[in-house]
Amino acid sequence: MMKDFSTTAPPLEVHDLTVAYDRRPVLYGIDLTVPAGSLTGIIGPNGAGKSTLLKAVLGLLPLSAGWVKIFGGPLAQNARRTGYVPQRESVDWDFPVNVMDVVLMGRYGHLPPGRRPGRADREIARACLDQVQMLPLARRQIGNLSGGQRQRVFLARALAQESDLYFMDEPFAGVDAATEAAIVDLLREMKARGKTVVVVHHDLSTARDYFDRLVLLNVRLVAAGPTAEVFTPELLQKTYGGRLTILSDVVQSLGEEP
Amino acid sequence: MVQPWTEDFMVSFWIVVMGFLVVATCGLVGTYLLLRRMALVGDAISHSILFGLVVAFMVFRSGGTMVMFVAAVATGLLTVGIIEFIHRQSRVKTDAAICIAFTTLFAAGVVLLSVAEVKGPVHLDAECVLYGEIAFVPLDPAVEVLGLVLGPAPVVRMAGVLVGLLVLATVFYKELLVTSFDPALAKSLGIRVGIWHYGLMAVLSIVIVSVFEAVGAILAVAMLVVPPMFAAQLSDRLPVRFALVFLHAALSSVLGYQLSVWLNCSPAGAMVVVGALLFLLAWAVTRPRRAAFPGWMAPN
Repeated sequence: MMKDFSTTAPPLEVHDLTVAYDRRPVLYGIDLTVPAGSLTGIIGPNGAGKSTLLKAVLGLLPLSAGWVKIFGGPLAQNARRTGYVPQRESVDWDFPVNVMDVVLMGRYGHLPPGRRPGRADREIARACLDQVQMLPLARRQIGNLSGGQRQRVFLARALAQESDLYFMDEPFAGVDAATEAAIVDLLREMKARGKTVVVVHHDLSTARDYFDRLVLLNVRLVAAGPTAEVFTPELLQKTYGGRLTILSDVVQSLGEEP
Repeated sequence: MVQPWTEDFMVSFWIVVMGFLVVATCGLVGTYLLLRRMALVGDAISHSILFGLVVAFMVFRSGGTMVMFVAAVATGLLTVGIIEFIHRQSRVKTDAAICIAFTTLFAAGVVLLSVAEVKGPVHLDAECVLYGEIAFVPLDPAVEVLGLVLGPAPVVRMAGVLVGLLVLATVFYKELLVTSFDPALAKSLGIRVGIWHYGLMAVLSIVIVSVFEAVGAILAVAMLVVPPMFAAQLSDRLPVRFALVFLHAALSSVLGYQLSVWLNCSPAGAMVVVGALLFLLAWAVTRPRRAAFPGWMAPN
């Protein structure tokens, strides 16, 4: 049986969050609550601040205003319960480590300073690699992986963190169809195990199928809620503004379906 | 041709040992610098350290190890602080900010040096600053511990720094690895990325000040960069790269010293030249393997 979350604090609560680069706000007055056990997609046009929202929530960027609570407290208190999958391009894939080394980094949050991952950590890492069908490549240098394989390594590393709340930055960007399907399966499995997952997503055509909740973002929060309620032509137009050409297919398909 | 080895064995021995220790120590810390794309910061600190040393000699009138280390760490952190301040407060890009910071501090060091005419237990003339003099190392008084003669003071100090560095790199392997590879993940794991950054800079400063006397400001940069580049050509695994740095240190110190005897030139300079040749050799040997997939047709 899943824990009763009704009495506990939500995994993520954001109030009046504002982030500015050079005094130009890229996120403005975001109020958001992500309920436990949900699979939430963050969508919005380029430059809407989707990745910035993740980074701000994780304390990787200074906030101009507002606050963030993770499980009702500051992130530092709950760092272990929070997993992060950065964009693939954010790291140097020529780095002299192999797949296993990278997945083991997911265990670092559980180890005190000066302690190296042990046998138990390796077992967990192996299981996580197996879950994304990457175990046979455990000893491969990360530079010799395809884009989809790299994404799977990052996901395995996140799984190894054994967190309750996950943030993923564009995990579907530039991956092959097999990897995309594998990620979707993985997300559903994580949800089934009571994990909360927040995913920055760029593909409107799949957003409705992949996520049970959506956050529509364009510098300001346009809407947030169950997918069925917020994935509407009106709200999407409000989010994407004049960029209707990209939208027309999606909006049309929405109109046709009941 | 092998005369120095047969005639003045101890002098040659200490020069080569010092060379090995210098290259290995610089190569170890340089490996992390390259992984963090901070080679230029090594260049910066190796120059700005002059300022700190001169100030320390003027204030304390001594060249003791502790004074040197404290001055080095202070100057190193000051340099990094200035670089970050310039970068943040203006539209100056990092590379330009680095150049502004270290050339200014180096120039201030040069000016102070001639103003104060520092003459202390450690001589610090302009030539020594630039090239160092590894050949003088064996002339330093030997260090004795419990009646055991260890060797010339700079060599013993250098060995101490290398051992300290090895201990730190082993104990904090995972913190250094994750903050170098994926600082964002490290931060989200609750690891204080800034502390590791400044810690590495402090260690780098201590390494640089320890090698300063022997090889000077410029050759120190070569020793920070060349051994890790050599290792990077030959291995994709970090622990193997560290081993290769030691191999590079052994080869370049012995062969470099031999070259300096043949050509009657500066041993430190010859060691760097040999080190660079070793890098070229490693690059040439592994090039065909890498060229199998030119960038535009590589998988994915």
